[in-house]
Amino acid sequence: MDVWGSLLDGFATAATPANLVYALVGVLLGTAVGVLPGLGPAMTVALLLPVTYALEPTSAFIMFAGIYYGGMYGGSTTSILLNTPGESSSVVTAIEGNKMAKAGRASQALATAAIGSFVAGTIGTALLVLFAPVVVGFAVSLGSPSYFAIMILALLAVTAVLGSSRVRGFSSLGLGLAIGLVGMDYTTGQPRLTFGVPLLADGLDVVVVAVAIFAVGEALWVAAHLRRTASQIIPVGKPWMGKDDWKRSWRPWLRGTAYGFPFGALPAGGAEIPTFLSYVTEKRLSRRPEEFGHGAIEGVAGPEAANNASAAGTLVPMLSLGLPTNATAAVMLAAFTGYGIQPGPLLFDREPELVWALIASLFIGNALLLLINLPLAPAWARLLQIPRPYLYAGILFFATLGAYSVNLQSFDLVILLTLGLLGFAMRRFGLPVLPLVIGLILGPRAEEQLRKSLQLSSGNISGLWSEPVAVVVYVVVALILAWPLVARVVRRRPATDASALAAIVHPTSDGRTDADPSTTPERSEARR
Amino acid sequence: MSVVVGYVPTPEGEAALEHAIREVTQRGTRLVVVNTSRGDALVDQRYAQPDQVKVLEDRLDAAGLEHLLLHSIRGREAAEEILEAAAEHRADLIVVGLRRRTPVGKLLMGSTAQRVLLDALCPVLAVKA
Repeated sequence: MDVWGSLLDGFATAATPANLVYALVGVLLGTAVGVLPGLGPAMTVALLLPVTYALEPTSAFIMFAGIYYGGMYGGSTTSILLNTPGESSSVVTAIEGNKMAKAGRASQALATAAIGSFVAGTIGTALLVLFAPVVVGFAVSLGSPSYFAIMILALLAVTAVLGSSRVRGFSSLGLGLAIGLVGMDYTTGQPRLTFGVPLLADGLDVVVVAVAIFAVGEALWVAAHLRRTASQIIPVGKPWMGKDDWKRSWRPWLRGTAYGFPFGALPAGGAEIPTFLSYVTEKRLSRRPEEFGHGAIEGVAGPEAANNASAAGTLVPMLSLGLPTNATAAVMLAAFTGYGIQPGPLLFDREPELVWALIASLFIGNALLLLINLPLAPAWARLLQIPRPYLYAGILFFATLGAYSVNLQSFDLVILLTLGLLGFAMRRFGLPVLPLVIGLILGPRAEEQLRKSLQLSSGNISGLWSEPVAVVVYVVVALILAWPLVARVVRRRPATDASALAAIVHPTSDGRTDADPSTTPERSEARR
Repeated sequence: MSVVVGYVPTPEGEAALEHAIREVTQRGTRLVVVNTSRGDALVDQRYAQPDQVKVLEDRLDAAGLEHLLLHSIRGREAAEEILEAAAEHRADLIVVGLRRRTPVGKLLMGSTAQRVLLDALCPVLAVKA
């Protein structure tokens, strides 16, 4: 079959010694930033972007894929051993995982998390192989109006579905769109939002913006709000699972995968909702519901599988449509552009080697992650003993170096600092970072499609809904926008699950995702 | 007058505490136990957690000593905290635990015991585990 042939070619590319080394570096870095709360794969990929411009794109993306998957593994270790989620996607894992660890079952919790992540990641990547070409086949038939509609949907969904406050979400989206507008209008040549500064005419480099918002903003925030704590890691031996644990884990793994993948593939997916749904399902289906709240292994297995499957799902729209649905995917999309590769449905046709090597490296990375996480999880946890001032000093150093090296102009450092202050202010006022990044990256591309549609219809606005797909998508957009009103009516009937979902998802998913540490107890306490 | 001991929940720390208790019993003075963390890393294995503090308190109560536990996170080095406690409580002896350090580890993180030894104004008893 065509797909399998391409995938095998991909494995051939990804399995060269050099690329294996990049995959290993990627998963090691990814696990490290996953373990450390506050750092995430999106920030790491952004910091590494300028460094990797010298590399082959394929090697760079193999490394990024490792970082992306690694972040998902690393987060669970911190959740289980410290009760501080390393990533927002592992918030749910902390509920049962930390209880298990306190009850002396840390080894089993870590093992079920790692093996579950591996199972879900592998199934998810296989589903990606199956679905992405199908989506591409459908997507190449779409015209500009449909694309524009889909991008609008993605922008709105990321902003409105996730997050506690729509006003904050939309403010953040607006900021992102505005930053994306800076520079020369490519059709008419008019300067936009340049304030007469010639250096702004080329627009703001996405790398500089991403580094400023993720890295500098976070570093400033931590510097301003360093809450001094000193907890201890729960001591743990080598992760292992007994026969009974396997028996109780495999079904949650599969169910978690089934939740995670589709949610990841949808715009506004994110890992928070599927992990929580998985937790609720396991609690309901468990034969020992009384164990929930006291360390039930199902409550670790299911959500961990869900978050890795959603990571794989996210890559479907990213590779097949060029639509990012989380921060890491958005930064990786910016990386495509940085290499002069046009993301979108033609990616599979134009860059088959890159895409299939990337997908093959996901399988390889997953296996590597299982190998380095299963025996070494306790060693990873020791990273948490690094004093944060050292850590953030290093990050600021790399951020500055990276921002300067993109164009070798000191003006970029001014932009870095200015936008870093913006990132700090956004954290201070609880604005989610994700809509900004998605708006920044998707905005200019949505504009391009808008321009194209309007040119095709000679400026007639009805050209925007001239395709059936576009009409359907606009209906969905309308539903999303009307949802709060509908929800208010529905919520009259008290539903225990709904309120529980609100209680847990609310503080975690205010649009902040992997790069974003707002979900750590430290952060939420600081905000109160 | 008092005896100040730098305590960490490790074999070295336990050894230091044991000697400090012995000294206090002989001298009939007060025991000041210092356990502290800079608190800038998320995890510090040397900072006693509530359950460890309880075990420690119980042990000191059982020994029937007059004692004071200084348990703080103020962003300062352990050596500073110990020396300050020594000055404040007019210590006539400081007890610290010693452990093997690699030269690189010492270069990077410094040595609490060394600073206490060099900067203390009273005799220092250094105990190995």
